[in-house]
Amino acid sequence: MREVPGVLSALGVLIRRDLLLALRRRAQILNPLVFFVIVVTLFPLGVGPEPNLLQKLAPGVLWVAALLSAMLSLEAMFHSDFEDGALEQLLLMPQPVFVTVIAKVLAHWLLSGLPLLLLAPLLALWLHLPGDAIVVLMVTLALGTPVLSLIGAIGVALTVGLRRGGVLLSLLVLPLYIPVLIMGAGAVDSAASGLAVDAHLSIMGALLLLSLSLAPWAAGAALRISVE
Amino acid sequence: MPWVAGATALLILAGLYFGLFASPADYQQRDSVRIMYVHVPSAWNSMFIYLLMAVAAAIGLIWNIKVADIVAAVSAPIGASFTFITLVTGSLWGKPMWGTWWEWDARLTSELILLFLYLGYIALQSAFEDRRTAARASAVLAIVGAINVPIIYYSVQWWNTLHQPQSLGVGTSAIHPSMLLPLLLMALGFKLLYVVILLMRTRTEVLERERNAGWVQELAQELAATDKFPPDTIRSGNEYR
Repeated sequence: MREVPGVLSALGVLIRRDLLLALRRRAQILNPLVFFVIVVTLFPLGVGPEPNLLQKLAPGVLWVAALLSAMLSLEAMFHSDFEDGALEQLLLMPQPVFVTVIAKVLAHWLLSGLPLLLLAPLLALWLHLPGDAIVVLMVTLALGTPVLSLIGAIGVALTVGLRRGGVLLSLLVLPLYIPVLIMGAGAVDSAASGLAVDAHLSIMGALLLLSLSLAPWAAGAALRISVE
Repeated sequence: MPWVAGATALLILAGLYFGLFASPADYQQRDSVRIMYVHVPSAWNSMFIYLLMAVAAAIGLIWNIKVADIVAAVSAPIGASFTFITLVTGSLWGKPMWGTWWEWDARLTSELILLFLYLGYIALQSAFEDRRTAARASAVLAIVGAINVPIIYYSVQWWNTLHQPQSLGVGTSAIHPSMLLPLLLMALGFKLLYVVILLMRTRTEVLERERNAGWVQELAQELAATDKFPPDTIRSGNEYR
């Protein structure tokens, strides 16, 4: 009998597999990022190029755009695996479903959250956000985007078996994103006006820990329901 | 069930009487304070029903009890309605009091988000063909939502606050008894109203799901035999298939 590989090596294999698959289909990574840039670009065009106004809107605009672009890339998390049956095999693994979900979420974050994080300062400059606030923006995105991936995983797991899950997915997930949006945009906002941001960041850290401990469990349960 | 319905009617009527005629008008808000007797009970109900829905959904998910699934499923539209009533009456109350229909205040916003959560739940429920899967999938969503409700509430509250502080806590009350009485009557009446609607909807849902079971067919035959329901008003379950 072959030895069952440990949890960590399974995690590594799964993440490597997802990254490799994504590299073969680069458009899937790039499209949400282009979407992010375009949405942010729309705002100056819509409300006018007034620097003060843009600076005031910037935290909210950047965070809402990040939310929407994370939404867009979510479906890819389980969908192709569900279509070709790989998901069922993943659920049959001797390791707990928890591991599969964590690996999927981590891969999703590396492909959507991390590039977003790197792209955000550039867009923040377009919107005349001051330097301190840009640093805070990056910290909040670093804390917040994993939460988006984690909560999103529950939504995708619930809707993966449905034919038209896309709109439904946003209906389910966006209300749950609200605390992250409030804290993230709030932190950048107070940084831009020179206030302390410790409280915001602590709460975002708490949200991250909470969703890290609960979301994979819920997403795993949802996957089992969707696949059976 | 007729008993509960009767008690509901009685309580709401009494509540309306005391609320609309017997209680004094507020010295600041005058008669518009009477909106409270509808607004506050439905707000309480909207949160209570979400909690009950999540608990029922969890029971259905864990112990596979069909009735719990049904209770959760039929509760959602009722809860959404109460949430909607709360928002509408609150908006009507806000216009004369705060001078605005809508304010991005903490409680208003969290109530609105609660409505979105209900709508998401209903949407997910109706997206599945298979009832069993629908119940289990939406149960997961309801539980996740229930964990999220306090987080959303506090984050929104922390974000912005205009609404007056809670005036009715356990053991403490800033409301005069003459206003408290109709408020509590209405609250109890609204709770019972929920129970009545819940029972009615659950009964309908059970009958519909079990329409091909022997006992439902027998019931239909019996009803057809009485004059109250002439046979052509009752279709046998097989015609739906």
